[in-house]
Amino acid sequence: MGAVGWAVIAGRRRLLLGAPPLPALIPALLVGAAMLLPVIYLLVRGASASDQAWDLLFRVRTLETLWRTILLIGCVTALSAAIAVPFAWLTLRTDLPFRRAWTVLAALPLVIPSFVGAFLYISALGPKGLLQSALEATLGVDRLPDMYGLFGATAVLTLLSYPYLFLTVRGSIANLDPATEEASRGLGHGAWSTFFLVTLPQLKPSIAAGSLLVALYTLSEFGAVALLRYNTFTFTIYQQYEGSIDRSIAALLSFVLVIMAVVILLSENYTRGRGRYYRVGGGSARKPSIVKLGRWKWLAIGGMGTVLTLALALPVGVLMFWLIRGVGAGEPLLLLWSATRNSLLVSGAAAVVTAGMAIAMAVLLVRYPSKLNRALEPISFTGYALPGVVVALALVFFGAKYARPLYQTHWLLIFAYAVLFFPVALGSVRSALLQISPRLEDAARSLGHNPLRVMMRVTLPLMRSGVLMGAALVFLLTMKELPATLILGPLGFQTLATSVWSASSEAFFARAAAPALMIILTSSIPMTLLVLREKRTLK
Amino acid sequence: MFRFKSSLVIVALIIAALGLTACGTAPAAAVTPQVIEVERVVEKAVPVEKVIEVVREVPVERQVVVEKEVIREVPVERIVEVEKEVVRVQEVPVEKIVEVEKIVEVVREGDPGTLIVYSGRSESLVGPIIEQFEEVTGINVAVKYGKTGEIAATILEEGGNSPADVFFAQDPGGLGEVANAGLFETLPTSITEKVPTWARSPESEWVGISGRARVVVYNSENLTADQIPTKMEDFTKPEWKGRIGWAPTNGSFQAMVTAMRVTWGEEKTREWLLGIQANEPNVYPKNTPTVAAAGAGEVDVGFVNHYYLYRFLAEEGEEFGARNYHVTDGGPGGIILVAGGGILKSGENKDNAERFFNFMLSTVAQQYFAGQTYEYPLIDGVNTNRLLTPLDEINNPDIDMASLEDLAGTQMMLRDLGILQ
Repeated sequence: MGAVGWAVIAGRRRLLLGAPPLPALIPALLVGAAMLLPVIYLLVRGASASDQAWDLLFRVRTLETLWRTILLIGCVTALSAAIAVPFAWLTLRTDLPFRRAWTVLAALPLVIPSFVGAFLYISALGPKGLLQSALEATLGVDRLPDMYGLFGATAVLTLLSYPYLFLTVRGSIANLDPATEEASRGLGHGAWSTFFLVTLPQLKPSIAAGSLLVALYTLSEFGAVALLRYNTFTFTIYQQYEGSIDRSIAALLSFVLVIMAVVILLSENYTRGRGRYYRVGGGSARKPSIVKLGRWKWLAIGGMGTVLTLALALPVGVLMFWLIRGVGAGEPLLLLWSATRNSLLVSGAAAVVTAGMAIAMAVLLVRYPSKLNRALEPISFTGYALPGVVVALALVFFGAKYARPLYQTHWLLIFAYAVLFFPVALGSVRSALLQISPRLEDAARSLGHNPLRVMMRVTLPLMRSGVLMGAALVFLLTMKELPATLILGPLGFQTLATSVWSASSEAFFARAAAPALMIILTSSIPMTLLVLREKRTLK
Repeated sequence: MFRFKSSLVIVALIIAALGLTACGTAPAAAVTPQVIEVERVVEKAVPVEKVIEVVREVPVERQVVVEKEVIREVPVERIVEVEKEVVRVQEVPVEKIVEVEKIVEVVREGDPGTLIVYSGRSESLVGPIIEQFEEVTGINVAVKYGKTGEIAATILEEGGNSPADVFFAQDPGGLGEVANAGLFETLPTSITEKVPTWARSPESEWVGISGRARVVVYNSENLTADQIPTKMEDFTKPEWKGRIGWAPTNGSFQAMVTAMRVTWGEEKTREWLLGIQANEPNVYPKNTPTVAAAGAGEVDVGFVNHYYLYRFLAEEGEEFGARNYHVTDGGPGGIILVAGGGILKSGENKDNAERFFNFMLSTVAQQYFAGQTYEYPLIDGVNTNRLLTPLDEINNPDIDMASLEDLAGTQMMLRDLGILQ
């Protein structure tokens, strides 16, 4: 097994690389500057707030809403982790049948737009919904448990967001060196205690990164909580844009969101700690052994089957039901070609741009930590924590004034996606980078390569799976993004998500079903490719 | 083996994607009004060699009313080409066959130009009529669709840099905000006088285009119309506890509360809101889920706009379990609100923008709103959809839209009472 100088040991390695090279520093600083735009906008708007607006902010009710929001975030994150970590382990390290199919399916609930998702759950499981109608006809059940409030919001948001954690944790397990686990087994620990004592601690950074995404998603989510009647902070902000529009109140409230996001981020940093997650000994990692599930197999299949039935089969089923019923009633269907093409184009572009930005930032944060760099991190997370409408209006504010030629073009829209989803890409890219030993880079340096070349030849190829995962996540999120697309899209620009919204908001459910199914189908293609690629690298 | 399976998965996905797209691109089937059989009049584009500058629009040339009890579904083409005249015929789902012929004189002088519309009304509602406008005038229209509040916020952020020519809003609230910021042009009287005084801003900054009634939607399995209070005040009685649904964040709901403040005064409105609050209403984010909840029996009644019900009826058929009820006391609970629009000062296509409003207030467009979006037409001589209660049978209060501008005051009251966050 070679020299094993292992385990997650607290302690920092002195980095001898000196000042960051300009090719890493400049893009990262530009990214940081871009991420500041929403904050500057909020400052401008907040500055003009009336006393009345300030009074509104400092009310007991604000605290109540804050507490409800924190409660929801806690519940959703914990439940997501409870689903995602076993899923990730089962699909990588066990002899579960059809593991790759499970992987693709388990990731897909991420692409269901939450504003549709919640409506689907209500029409399926709500009072007098499809399920109850079926039960009433067969078993005479005339009342189902109420799905509104904290319970329903937790359940629906968990089902829609656990894939963040699943994908990040899975990426990290895939890169895990099995040597520590083998050592633990060799020292007499069983499979279970090895998992809890050795594997799980090494997954801490990816669990923290994934939880961060789930928590921030929950923080900025609007559509589902509104439908499930659980008022969170973001919902309060959205209310300011209905009817009479008070942008200064919205700005003040948004600031509270930014502060919450920073607190969540700091706790993530704390969890990640200063451990080291790469192999320091010589040699290279071997293939991990596959755990035989034996009779546990059926439990695993049952559990995953249940979650996927709820998270995927049920929403897709309701959509199919709407589509078939609508077509049967002669409902005209919307043209999908141009919307599909638009969705794929902007999502693909957003994925590439955002992944590039994330690489620059991750290298700076991981390899060249400094006070300035550390300040860049919370700034870069604000876009994701803020409601889409706030970020979009910030870019309207700057775009219409100072970037008129770019305003209402694809470029500004793609930029907006990058601001919104940057942290998602950063999470997986950084997790991948953390698992690469800087000694490999040192070695390449000592062999005469300059830092840029080391980056291109050594670091990037090693972190490829993390980069691809980050890009895929951004792609999936962009496919379903709505508020920024509506506000910043070019005139007459239509995506699948806007088609779904346009139809569903006016209760044309059959027309909403086709584009919603299309989002799920097209998004499953990159997921499938990613999983297939992983098979190659693992073998 | 594994690779083979995986390729199968991909192939299956691609086939499914193609299948879905193909089904999505199927030619638009006609909407069949569900209640009665209707004579549908099919339109056909007329290849006119010289298209199209609207010089004079004669809204209704001739109106033939044929009374007939049983109607078969017969596609009829009615296209007449008289020299430079285009005759259009509009589909109207009414028991009587109403033929509306619109004569547009076309004299083409160069490029008709463009028009940029920001629409807070969704594409499924106004897309077809905007397309017709393009077809008739040759103007190249670019539309940004969104939610009224967010579009209004966008216009406010853009300020003088807004590329938009026209703001087409779902409710008077968003229009009022843009008007208060001084971003609207004054509309010519030739446009504003087409609609009644109550349906436009007194400074002619915006004008109503279609009407929507506030109604009580009720579950028709649990209730009959005569069991519903004739006035909003009675819903505060304890017997309605846990049976009411409302959407306090909704712009139209807030407009109704403003109307209550205007007619009842602050104190009574506050009491009413507290009374409803004490009955523990179910809170919905907007009208659609409220109507869905009434249909599902989750609530017995809901305070909504009238037209959502008809979409559900069209989608789910007659068995959908909810119907509309108009309060009969003439109070603010039965107010007629408008969707409308205004011309932005920053726009560069003022003439085309005026043409847009002339068109939207023409018989053709008003007939469209009546027939396709189940709204109330605002100009004379256009029939209301037969599914709706005719406007003159609704005892609606006499309230100007312009008096509803104090939405901020309403929101403040709703926040004070804890109804809004």
